[in-house]
Amino acid sequence: MSSCNHILKPREFITKGDVSVKKIKVGIIGPGNIGSDLMYKIMRSQYIELAMMTGVMESEGMKRARDLGFKTSIEGVNAILAEDDIKIVFDATGAQHHLKHAPLLKKAGKIAIDLTPAAVGPYVVPCVNIDKVKREPNLNMITCGGQATVPIVYAINRVAGAKYAEIVSCISSKSAGPGTRQNIDEFTQTTARALEVVGGAQKGKAIIILNPADPPIMMTNTVYVQVEKPDIEAITASVNDIVKQIQVYVPGYKLRVPPILDGDKVTVITQVEGRGDFLPKYSGNLDIITSAAVTTAEKLAQELLAGEEA
Amino acid sequence: MSKAKFINLVDTTLRDGSHAVSHQYTVEQVKAIASGLDEAGVQYIELSHGDGLAGSSYNYGWSATSEEELIKAASSVIKKGKLVVLLIPGIGTIEDLKMAADCGVKVVRVATHVTEADISEQHIGMAKKIGMMAIGFLMMTHMALPEKVVEQAKLLESYGADCVYIADSAGALLPEGVSERVSAVVEALKVPVGFHAHNNLTLATANSLVAIEAGATFIDGTCRGLGAGAGNTQIEVLTGVLEKKGYETGVDFYKIMDVAEDIVEPIMNRPQVVRNASMMLGYSGVYSSFLLHTYRAAERFNLDPRKILVELGRRRMVGGQEDMIVDVAYQLSRK
Repeated sequence: MSSCNHILKPREFITKGDVSVKKIKVGIIGPGNIGSDLMYKIMRSQYIELAMMTGVMESEGMKRARDLGFKTSIEGVNAILAEDDIKIVFDATGAQHHLKHAPLLKKAGKIAIDLTPAAVGPYVVPCVNIDKVKREPNLNMITCGGQATVPIVYAINRVAGAKYAEIVSCISSKSAGPGTRQNIDEFTQTTARALEVVGGAQKGKAIIILNPADPPIMMTNTVYVQVEKPDIEAITASVNDIVKQIQVYVPGYKLRVPPILDGDKVTVITQVEGRGDFLPKYSGNLDIITSAAVTTAEKLAQELLAGEEA
Repeated sequence: MSKAKFINLVDTTLRDGSHAVSHQYTVEQVKAIASGLDEAGVQYIELSHGDGLAGSSYNYGWSATSEEELIKAASSVIKKGKLVVLLIPGIGTIEDLKMAADCGVKVVRVATHVTEADISEQHIGMAKKIGMMAIGFLMMTHMALPEKVVEQAKLLESYGADCVYIADSAGALLPEGVSERVSAVVEALKVPVGFHAHNNLTLATANSLVAIEAGATFIDGTCRGLGAGAGNTQIEVLTGVLEKKGYETGVDFYKIMDVAEDIVEPIMNRPQVVRNASMMLGYSGVYSSFLLHTYRAAERFNLDPRKILVELGRRRMVGGQEDMIVDVAYQLSRK
């Protein structure tokens, strides 16, 4: 991966001034692209710190974590289970693995943030439903397309009522990993379900397109919603509001086409440019899901820290 | 190269042709066309939304009748031929495929962009598992060099595809482009190779012939050329041309002409001619299904459809990105 043109050292991220600020310790299982990007994002956090990166074998990702000064282990979930201090665990492996990890983590009293399609726990989109699910032991991050489009559907639904929501996510071929490619149905089915369950649409449909253009395209997401009340001003205000909330944790998220109304159909197009932490900027699809996962963990960490103080 | 004597004709009037009628086929029309094609001796009859199973949507246009009903209707009248569906991974799913199989579909064409064959493994695998014939279908092959097309075709073969198609989805290939791609794939694969043309540059029949000369043994066509963009190879014409060339197709020339003139022509919304915008599809290498959506966006944003198409080509949009037509039109309208 050629993207690490600015390797960051962990010590730069120790909170300036007040070194006594307490952070919640977290672990990552799965040192691949997603795990590595999570690592860089956690390094920037005020609320969580990485205690350990684990995998099942030695790899570039493990070496990368060690080079940055983090503890690593090839004992996978077991190494994490042995660390009492670790309170929150990101699982960036695969659905089959997470199904095995989930009960073990729960038993050990660790909160799981699931970046696989296993969906053991409820779906979470930070700017939409985090308060509803923050006491759950296991949270699922849906899909990249879900993180990019569910908030828009939610924003439209809350002011106009969403009878039907349909999304088209287009990602660059280079940022679609083997997991997505070998099980592309999982993307369409999981995303469609999240449009309903979290977005509030009565019915959802999702489409994914891979585009091989070079230089790689930025992730684009088109959202079509059939609304009950076609009040374009209210819809526009609500969408603008949610976009600002997403931008808090995904700075590269923006509206390409603001809400357009045709009869009772609303069309919105958004773009996600990645932050370029570990993955390149065109990997906005990966950036939005790792950003959402870290934001979710930070919210849970704040709750834990508040609980300790009380 | 020794010439294959028999050419398998695949009629896609009820699938690619569906674009040209904005997916408004009725049960009666489907029954009439499917039974006509079957009686004329067409072995493979493809039916689904133009963008494949589950294509009915805001993005690709709503079907007037559910796919399941149309498939059942076609299945009920086809006696000799095989009913085929298209499935584009990312749009349709294995669930949709199982529904189709339950309704009597025997063959699935799993279509991906020419560089993305690896998203079809799960669907081809499932088709084989449930006893269907599986055809791998590479779209927009003008966007890739022959070596790349071969690499991707081999992937499809390795997943179990019984046949691999080279599709000129934008109707952008010139005869030599068809010849180099088809012959390279024929040479590299053990399974038969097919070719799907669009007539945006009025080369569909010529390119189909070139594909056959290069070793393709499966060729697509539609009655009256009904299809996305300027349409497909006109199957009744192709039947006559192949007969003149000495190929066998098993299709009755007079009967297929009658299906085209008596059944398909009366339900066409407009003659399938090469208008300026469809010509631009071929010229700029843009997915043919974008045509009618582009006309709508051009009207909505008061633009020349050709300007939208050229920009879509410049951005290297691929099949399925109909949503980007609105994006392009919106951005152009603000300039």
